[in-house]
Amino acid sequence: MSVLLEIDDLAVDFVRDGRVATRAVRGVSLELSAGEALGIVGETGCGKTVTGLSILRMLPPTARTRGRIAFNGLELLELPERALRDLRGRRISMVFQAPGTSFNPVFPLGRQLQHVAERHLGLNRRESARLVAERLREVGLPDPERTMRLYPHELSGGMLQRAMIAMALLCRPSLLIADEPTTALDVTLAEQILRLLRSLQRELGFAVFFISHDLDLVGDFCDRVAVLYAGRVIESGPAAELLENARHPYTKALIAALPRHGRPGAALETVSGNVPAGLEEPPGCAFAPRCPIAAAECLTGPPPLTLTGDRAVACYRWDAA
Amino acid sequence: MTPLLDVRSLVKEFPPRRRREPPVRAVDGVDLALVAGEVYGLVGESGSGKTTVARCILGLAQPTAGTIVYDGLDLGAADRPTLRRARRELQLVFQQPAAALDPRMTVSQLVAEPLRTHGLARGAALRDRIERLLAEVGLSAALLSRYPHELSGGQCQRVVIARALSTSPRLLVLDEPTSALDVVVQAQILNLLLELRAQHGLSFLLISHDLGVVGHLSDRIGVMYLGRLVEEGPAADVLRSPKHPYTRALLSSRRGRGSASLDTAPPLRGETPPPWAAPGGCRFHPRCPLRERLGSPPLCEREEPHLDDGGHAAACHFLEAAS
Repeated sequence: MSVLLEIDDLAVDFVRDGRVATRAVRGVSLELSAGEALGIVGETGCGKTVTGLSILRMLPPTARTRGRIAFNGLELLELPERALRDLRGRRISMVFQAPGTSFNPVFPLGRQLQHVAERHLGLNRRESARLVAERLREVGLPDPERTMRLYPHELSGGMLQRAMIAMALLCRPSLLIADEPTTALDVTLAEQILRLLRSLQRELGFAVFFISHDLDLVGDFCDRVAVLYAGRVIESGPAAELLENARHPYTKALIAALPRHGRPGAALETVSGNVPAGLEEPPGCAFAPRCPIAAAECLTGPPPLTLTGDRAVACYRWDAA
Repeated sequence: MTPLLDVRSLVKEFPPRRRREPPVRAVDGVDLALVAGEVYGLVGESGSGKTTVARCILGLAQPTAGTIVYDGLDLGAADRPTLRRARRELQLVFQQPAAALDPRMTVSQLVAEPLRTHGLARGAALRDRIERLLAEVGLSAALLSRYPHELSGGQCQRVVIARALSTSPRLLVLDEPTSALDVVVQAQILNLLLELRAQHGLSFLLISHDLGVVGHLSDRIGVMYLGRLVEEGPAADVLRSPKHPYTRALLSSRRGRGSASLDTAPPLRGETPPPWAAPGGCRFHPRCPLRERLGSPPLCEREEPHLDDGGHAAACHFLEAAS
């Protein structure tokens, strides 16, 4: 399959008072094929959201980005701002975690979606209204004409998340970046939204860059998964295989920490310590201070992400034990 | 066995959004009993009333009706000094650890506060007690002079737990104790809670939307929907053979069941209505997949099903049809 998105050695620093204050992403390389769903998993601060935001250059001005991001042959990090604006919401869209804060509270919902259609597709008001109604129906919102007249606060969380998906897919993008799209929702509602995304993806064939802290969720939704730790990809591979047979000790720790893998009432297997913060740079592998199988070689330098077949792992000792 | 905590017919109403509307019933007749040493898991989605139940038990909200009896003491009828003594034994751990800590106080001051308030220790004994509490929750004494913003989320939650433990409580009410934490930190905190329970013979009322967490810690589980308990029973039974169609839907909403599970119809349609729009009869009936399968029997709209006491029970008119 053809490569749709290619992230090559991406690094993002945040500066404060002219100095690097946080090194959020420290050399991430990822590839996403057309129509594929790639899951990006990791704990708070691992760099998954920053990676997602850097694709459309939506990071705050304090961010310093290096590396390369290519989308369909376009160099996104070098593209003029105007060309990028034509891309955003048309060929690459985003869906965020909090539907309540992602719409403008002072405009009716329909107007906000119509604006996208008018800006990107050059439709007039009547045409855009028709298209928006059609798209709202597609995401399961009944009575779209009425819904379009409502303001965001008049809609439930579930309806807003559906509307956000409708807006993101309005122009039929080839890539959807979904950052924790169901995290703020109740479980039974999250199930509806996930299934909606899945069926739309099957029908329309867009690729998904799926960011989540939830390994189980990503494992079910995505074709491939990349696990991030301290700003680097430490393991990647086909979703089901990776979850069933994790290689990196950190991925293993993430899986073992899920209560469903423990015996009720018994202590869960876990690693101690915290994710390294801000500027901290352990001399070798970033996970070594917490790693149950770390040895002297792990302090020599960050382990390279080594590819075997369709699995990759950044660990000197994953097959040692 | 006499329960340590016995909640009977608890009702909590809030003023309506507009005048002339009836009050909003967030909790509508909840019975719940917890014996000493037990962990009771209260599960439900947002708006189910689970947090309001906890607030009533802790005296943070005044029940509209019903009784709350703690260790033989009717909390609604007790005088202030008695209540104060009872409050020492009932402690709360909140969801947002960082928000539960005064940002201007150091760890040492934070842990000392409940001890001072209840007049339990002072001077050298106080310092000694604080250090022991910190050790117990797995924090080093080096953190004593730190402020909350200098701590990680997991460390903040440990400070909150140390504060709760400081008055030697018998019952901890844990309101979503790990939902703001990452999975590895969550596992660390769950392990700590299990350890503390074993050491001190603590009882927990654990409130969470996460069936994984509740199932891991609880002896008994109660499932709430729109202000009422719809199912209750021993944790293993509820998780292995759920009776109520809502509990079944919750269980089949868990992830980690494989990619193909996303290509089926969702276990539930629609959203939980707000409590002021709770449907009559069985309040789950408009969304109930079982009712749909049975051809919408009129009983579901007409009559509110009853939850039997004890054992494994569910409030549904058609339990036989469900199994």
